[in-house]
Amino acid sequence: MTTEELVHPYERFLRKGMIPHIWCEGCGNGIILNCFAQALDELNIDLDNVVVVSGIGCIGRVSGYTNTDSFHTTHGRPIAFATGVKLANPELKVAVISGDGDLFAIGGNHFIHAARRNMDLKVICANNFIYGMTGGQYGPTTPLDAWTTTTPYGNIEHTFNLIHLAAACGAVYVARWTALHVRRLTESIKKALQKEGFTFIEVVSQCPEIFGRYNKMETPLKMIQWFKQASQVQHFSDPAKAEITPNKIVVGEFVDIEKPSYGRLLKDMTTRAKQR
Amino acid sequence: MLTATEKSKFVLSGQHFMNGDVACAEGAIAAGCRFFAGYPITPATEIAERMARRMPEVDGIYIQMEDEIASMAAVIGASYAGVKAMTATSGPGFSLMQENIGLAIMTETPCVIVNIMRGGPSTGQPTMPGQQDVMQARWGTHGDYEIIALAPSSVQEMFDLTVEAFNLSETYRVPVFVLADEIVGHMWERVTIPHAESIHVVNRKKPTQLHGEDYAPFQPDRDLVPPMAVFGQGYRFHATGLTHDERGRPRTDSSEAQTRLVQRLCDKIRKNKEKIIQVENVMVEDAEVAVVAYGIAARAGLSAVRKARATGIKAGLIRLITLWPFPDEQIAKVVNHVKAFVVPEMNCGQMVREVERAAKGTPVAFLSKLGEEPHRPSEILDVIGEVLKK
Repeated sequence: MTTEELVHPYERFLRKGMIPHIWCEGCGNGIILNCFAQALDELNIDLDNVVVVSGIGCIGRVSGYTNTDSFHTTHGRPIAFATGVKLANPELKVAVISGDGDLFAIGGNHFIHAARRNMDLKVICANNFIYGMTGGQYGPTTPLDAWTTTTPYGNIEHTFNLIHLAAACGAVYVARWTALHVRRLTESIKKALQKEGFTFIEVVSQCPEIFGRYNKMETPLKMIQWFKQASQVQHFSDPAKAEITPNKIVVGEFVDIEKPSYGRLLKDMTTRAKQR
Repeated sequence: MLTATEKSKFVLSGQHFMNGDVACAEGAIAAGCRFFAGYPITPATEIAERMARRMPEVDGIYIQMEDEIASMAAVIGASYAGVKAMTATSGPGFSLMQENIGLAIMTETPCVIVNIMRGGPSTGQPTMPGQQDVMQARWGTHGDYEIIALAPSSVQEMFDLTVEAFNLSETYRVPVFVLADEIVGHMWERVTIPHAESIHVVNRKKPTQLHGEDYAPFQPDRDLVPPMAVFGQGYRFHATGLTHDERGRPRTDSSEAQTRLVQRLCDKIRKNKEKIIQVENVMVEDAEVAVVAYGIAARAGLSAVRKARATGIKAGLIRLITLWPFPDEQIAKVVNHVKAFVVPEMNCGQMVREVERAAKGTPVAFLSKLGEEPHRPSEILDVIGEVLKK
């Protein structure tokens, strides 16, 4: 086999000048990127009309790897930046792919308000329970009792239930999968890309190097095994009860509703304003 | 961007009686601004209110964000999607914007930030004037960089300099600040809005390079400014707040890349200083004492200079229209005949340090003013008298 034959099926979705990527072996980020590429591919979306926006953190580098227009913002601000992009050019499909710390700690305010406005953004969160880029500090999704470099005696902070949060803030589509659920995750991304309004997909993802290693899951496989053993598909179950514990990870689609998007309401308002 | 017909339809040409905030909003519209993201704050709220009403009329977007951090981020997003964008705030909001102002500098985003300055620090005096944020505009976000800041001192200039701010931001791909004090923002005066076709409007350079893997979105032209591709046109380019190369690729481990990028970001402003800087000199040619002032303080300064001339004192006014980059040469070139400078500011002494630096030993007297009242011409006149006695 010559090297010319070794072409990744989704190579056209990757910006080759940026590869090799910075992610560790066994990281879930590549799986998420793969599912995103597959969703774009299966929907036959014109890549010239897609903008990928990310924040800071390991998954923050994803915007650099996608062969679309892309922007790597400041920490926590991808949703606010993406809001400007989407409003300025409503023809664009704007996806925000970022991490749990970026979207829900420093960027939490932007998330809840974009969801409330039903801004037409496709938000995908890689939830790896940790600040990986800075070497493993606890964040808003770190499980109770977990060991991190800043919880050396165990984490004493309660976690955000991202599904419950997104649903309560008004997202029109909310789903959670793990990095093990490749097929279902791809289907969810496809759904989100086709749905008007604020969509949110949480991907429970493995960080074996910075999180798993210190929390009794030393290898990528052990983390994936946790996802496999603990995951329970409970479609449209109560988001408030969509827990993530050592024994149970509730996954599935939780919200799929119709509600006018900000863009639609804006268009109507602009028409009214111009008639006056 | 806009056709001539569309432009004239949206520009409110004619004579108006309006306040500085409203004139600023109209200046933005005349310059082609079609995106405003902001957060209510005294004394800049009237800009947001005017934009909320006017943007839908001119096919633009107004959005009230959840805070000023988000406002600044949304402005950058809109600019990258090809729309001229602005936000307006005051001190506390300006502090929140600093983070993404840095992002705009690093990603060379054309955008305009209006700061109607009130009294600080912190919440300070929301309804009172101040000129306390002029150093924050220069150095507020971390890192090393150059920005452009303009200081209007009349309602007419709120219109004119907002247009100019957009033109400069589009020319140099840099955030441009309109730094007005609360008095200029809230004062009502007559404003002449010219016919659309006579308003000079600059639009960013577009790339001529072919699309594809080799496309380099941050490859500068000879003026050190890269043409700007926007999202959705097939360039498929990447931008990042990380240090990057001409192709937009992160270069976090290269001293050479850091030097090349950051030095260029500074040089594209420094080497074009002569084209950027505006000062207004009044009776400076033979002046023995020069008042150096901006914003509302410049109006009291002008009055003081005229009174001084009436008593036979050779006084002149150097009114700083451009605060940043600082007009060093414009100060330095008068020191052969100016024996002393007088700098009135509504702060505890900020631009006066720049004047001292540029004056190279010529005495500089500072006149501070804090709180509600601007300087009185008589106070400045007294100092003019004192410095000449020394």
